[in-house]
Amino acid sequence: MVRTLEMEATARSMMDEGTPADTSALLTALVDHLHKNRTQLCEEWAKRITAARLLTAMTRDEIFAETTAVYNNYVDALESGALEVLQAYARSLSERIIPRGVETHEVVGIVLLLRDVLARSLFAKYQNDFSMLNRILDAYEPAANRIANTVAVGFVQERERVIREQQEAIRVLSTPVLQVRERLLILPIIGVIDPQRARQLTEQLLRGIRTNRAKVVVIDITGVPVMDATVANHLVQTVEATRLLGAMVIITGLSPEIAQTLVTIGVDLSKMNTVGDLQGGIEEAERLLGYKVHPIGELAQSA
Amino acid sequence: MAKAPRIQYEPASSSRSVEMSTKDGRGETRVTIRKYSDILEARQKGRELAGELGFSSTDCTLIATAISELARNIVLYAGQGEIRLGTSSQMGNIGVVIRASDKGPGIHNIRCAMQDGFSTSRGLGLGLPGVKRIMDEFEISSRVGMGTTVTAKIWKPR
Amino acid sequence: MEVPILKQGAYLIASIQSALEDEDLMLLRNALITQVGRTRARGVIVDVTALDVMDSFATRTLCDLAYIIRLRGAEMVIVGIQPEVAVALARLGLKLEGVATVLDLEEGLAYLNQKAPASVKGNHSRG
Repeated sequence: MVRTLEMEATARSMMDEGTPADTSALLTALVDHLHKNRTQLCEEWAKRITAARLLTAMTRDEIFAETTAVYNNYVDALESGALEVLQAYARSLSERIIPRGVETHEVVGIVLLLRDVLARSLFAKYQNDFSMLNRILDAYEPAANRIANTVAVGFVQERERVIREQQEAIRVLSTPVLQVRERLLILPIIGVIDPQRARQLTEQLLRGIRTNRAKVVVIDITGVPVMDATVANHLVQTVEATRLLGAMVIITGLSPEIAQTLVTIGVDLSKMNTVGDLQGGIEEAERLLGYKVHPIGELAQSA
Repeated sequence: MAKAPRIQYEPASSSRSVEMSTKDGRGETRVTIRKYSDILEARQKGRELAGELGFSSTDCTLIATAISELARNIVLYAGQGEIRLGTSSQMGNIGVVIRASDKGPGIHNIRCAMQDGFSTSRGLGLGLPGVKRIMDEFEISSRVGMGTTVTAKIWKPR
Repeated sequence: MEVPILKQGAYLIASIQSALEDEDLMLLRNALITQVGRTRARGVIVDVTALDVMDSFATRTLCDLAYIIRLRGAEMVIVGIQPEVAVALARLGLKLEGVATVLDLEEGLAYLNQKAPASVKGNHSRG
């Protein structure tokens, strides 16, 4: 591998030890050793991973493929001192294994095991030259720790990103805007609403009104146990914005507690169109839209 | 049937941008407010800034509207003033700072001006209560005969 | 900047293309009043689809316009408020009181057909 002056300097700073010539020579010796014993060390590593019952979500072949790649990246990072390639690999590895259910402790675990395997092999090689062993460990340890850190942090960050995405998806899914009939939208809300969800709710609703050209919207809050003043305000503003788009709003499932909250923030409930339950709300909406609502019994009679 | 055309943003006149709005050393954008077209400039700049910071497009409109209110007050009551737009960061969060200042007649009764009834559709509303409502932080200082400064901040929702 | 005013049957449609300054607003107001008088229009649709910001000045102006037009015997309806603008208006507490607001041009015409139906006899002048 071609080494530029820059890479040498980075490698040295990663090592953080000894005279430049010294560290450089140690580094070369170390990397040579790791290249030469690649197969054997990789196998040892894979064995330890299985013994520690890590990566159980993956097959043996998969473990072999990934460990080989990690090993190569690890040695390259040691040699070049450049962590960018390792960071990129850590991210891509995380993207692959997170959906498989691999957890943080497993990733940290396997990287530490590799560190151990390599350290042990250094002990074995330099067991007859204690001072040399010390010097080579002085060079190896900080570098190895930095690498372990990079991989672990990369994994955790990727995981956090995935979790955020999933939360976002859940938020969007849990507030569906349903078109029940022409010009009639229903927005059933379930659960506790926080300001962010309230904002999203409003945006989805208004978008829905535009797309469906809705004239009546039924917002059902039967499934909302509690609402604080901030969110209640959001609800009022949503009703207001909906009216500006030319749609009427019917609120259903208003609990006495939430009604009280609305009154407290100064809402005139008599100006709001509220109906007890969702079914009643839909009927009222249909009435407003000019549909004639026949109870089933009536239809049967007139048939 | 007529389909709603895409929203058209006011293009900031490029020549005016050079003389009227500048980015100073602190990374603030300043827009001199003297006439109605400056209001458009200020809100367009505000919208751009908010967009750069990653505010949602709904929030960008909100911020542009707040700027519009403040800039219009300057034109209507002070004749001339300045809107400064900057960014602020605190505890890992980022926000837009709007500073509207003028050396106009000042507001006699700030409390009155901040009351909701003051900005009804018929009266000479200052629109300030509305701005206060949507901004996370809002400060107003005014001296009769000296001028008025409004500083408002809005943080990006997490 | 002049606002184009179109005639559709017994109704006038004014499409506001960009933020109006004080002067332009006066011109629009006068133009609409004149046209309503001249054409005996029963209704006016003000299309604000192109407005990306509506502040208290805008809402005040539109309310005043509706008032004046009503004095002239015509109904006014605002169409095309953008969702984001609607959210901003609601959050700022700016109400368009006394003015009807609907989704789009089609709804606007439907509204006027209901509220201010064009008389069957039409606007023909009789000798």
